[in-house]
Amino acid sequence: MNAKEIDQQTLLQNETDPLTHTPVHLLALDKVGKNYGNIVALSDVTMAVDNGRVTCVLGDNGAGKSTLIKIIAGLHQHDHGVLKVMGEERKFTSPRDALDVGIATVYQDLAVVPLMPIWRNFFLGSELTSGFGPFKSLDVQKMKDITKHELAEMGIDLRDVEQPIGQLSGGERQCVAIARAVYFGAKVLILDEPTAALGVKQSGVVLRYILQARDRGLGVIFITHNPHHAFPVGDRFLLLKRGKSIGYYDKKDITLDELTAQMAGGAELAELAHELEQLGGHGDVVKEVKSEVADVAQTTGKAYS
Amino acid sequence: MTQTLAKPAPLAPDERIGRRSPFQKLLGRPEVGALVGAIVLFVFFSVVSSTFIQPSSFATVLYGSSTIGIMAVGVSLLMIGGEFDLSTGVAVISSALTASMFAWYFSLNVWVGVALALVVSLGIGFINGWILVKTKLPSFIVTLATFLMLTGLNLALTRMISNGVSSPSIAQMDGFASARAVFASSVNIAGVEVKITVFFWIVLVAVASWVLLRTKVGNWIFASGGDANAARAVGVPVTKTKIGLFMAVGFCGWVLGMHNLFAFDSVQSGEGVGNEFLYIIAAVIGGCLLTGGYGSAVGGAIGAFIFGMANKGIVYAQWNPDWFKFFLGLMLLLATIVNLIVKRRAELK
Repeated sequence: MNAKEIDQQTLLQNETDPLTHTPVHLLALDKVGKNYGNIVALSDVTMAVDNGRVTCVLGDNGAGKSTLIKIIAGLHQHDHGVLKVMGEERKFTSPRDALDVGIATVYQDLAVVPLMPIWRNFFLGSELTSGFGPFKSLDVQKMKDITKHELAEMGIDLRDVEQPIGQLSGGERQCVAIARAVYFGAKVLILDEPTAALGVKQSGVVLRYILQARDRGLGVIFITHNPHHAFPVGDRFLLLKRGKSIGYYDKKDITLDELTAQMAGGAELAELAHELEQLGGHGDVVKEVKSEVADVAQTTGKAYS
Repeated sequence: MTQTLAKPAPLAPDERIGRRSPFQKLLGRPEVGALVGAIVLFVFFSVVSSTFIQPSSFATVLYGSSTIGIMAVGVSLLMIGGEFDLSTGVAVISSALTASMFAWYFSLNVWVGVALALVVSLGIGFINGWILVKTKLPSFIVTLATFLMLTGLNLALTRMISNGVSSPSIAQMDGFASARAVFASSVNIAGVEVKITVFFWIVLVAVASWVLLRTKVGNWIFASGGDANAARAVGVPVTKTKIGLFMAVGFCGWVLGMHNLFAFDSVQSGEGVGNEFLYIIAAVIGGCLLTGGYGSAVGGAIGAFIFGMANKGIVYAQWNPDWFKFFLGLMLLLATIVNLIVKRRAELK
């Protein structure tokens, strides 16, 4: 993990941290919670998003990441706590509400239509037209040019914007979705597990676009369960577990190892080792898990048995 | 590392992806398979039968094609939008019956009946679409139900109103002559009588192509058929688009229904059953995917033209017309396979 100390450090070196010095966050959550009937899906989550900063939300499956983004994206309403946009308290009733204040979400399934050309996908739902009344027609050339230009800005060289988007690789499609959100005026960009289905190289490409979006002044919320992806690009880390926040760190206060250890959950690992031992016959595996537990215990300074 | 992040060099073009030649791009178009089929069929019948290429017989072929093609326009758009309609065949007759019997029963100008028929046709489309988007049932079920209900209504209402199996003759009524001139006349082009439906067909194909490729609505149709959830997520009014498509099919049905009525002066109430498949076949031969999101209006038109050529070509070649249905089935199978192969090859390159 040599890459982890990149640029973030240099970037933050001579800068005051906006978390503590800006009076108003782009987006701020204060003790936000959500119940589905009698199930507590999320409780007491506090986080902030600022211009040009990446806030990572980390957690395993079922930790409440999806619920959190659904609240921010306007798909669900929170039951407790306060959600503020530019200092103003809001409760979104629809995704349109969230979009209107500049919160755009790039979902895991990306919301692209695979058989349609890239440029049609880029402008889908917000097509540019010219002409009057019933003779309004698509401004095809302009849309193609803008698509090409916007993607080039993000560092993607597309051979042909007429290509069906389904022919692009997963990473490239992700980038088109990000570029689309950026172009249509997003201030806050939510990325829902963008690297989950990607290989190593493609993930790297997507991480680079996250930094691109950040450098263009967007506040980015990066949802992932992979600390190795989150750490290099993130400025702040919110760790979720079983619907609760188990930590909210600034980059300078945490190392990748600590982050990983928190994520891995020493207690769970210890339990796994215990169970395997009871099954018997997996001596080498048990030994490996135990050494892992020891590692975790060392970095977090806690003891697990 | 810092430099690269601050100012990323554009990715080097992937060396594994070659440029697509214009020819390969052409092969990627949905209607290419059908076009090749149409040319082969045309050459075939031209060789087999000397009458086939005479202008007058060609006009007859075009007329036959247009009666399928007018409907194929709407059906193709609907199929690109991800749905299909089994009620089209009888809906055409419903429209014609409405126009004739309403005007006859109340002794009105036939144009009043024509206007009411338009309302009814659009209404049938609206109801199909509305039930579909409200219940989220597959279009197969919804339109099959409409098909059965309309078949029953056509027969029952006709018997109730006119005591017979066909609508009463409206040839002597006000406005019949002008309506016939609009819906069922012929235009003389260089000595050849070309039916007016051929022109309706061409205009509809042109309008549909323009809508599909050059308007917002066209983008929405492709998106609704390609991935309705994705389309909804980026703000495409998917339900409106789908209802609109069913209504467009209704409009095409009205045009054809009026032609059927005014080409004669009455309509058989039991007609139309089975024709819905011809329209779907034309659209599929023309390269529209049954699953939606892919196809073209021109493709549907070529599909209809293939149908017209096969239908009349068999007669001109003096074969037994009993073979026609077999031939049609074979055409459908071959065309679909060719489309599939062409599409895969084009996408791979």
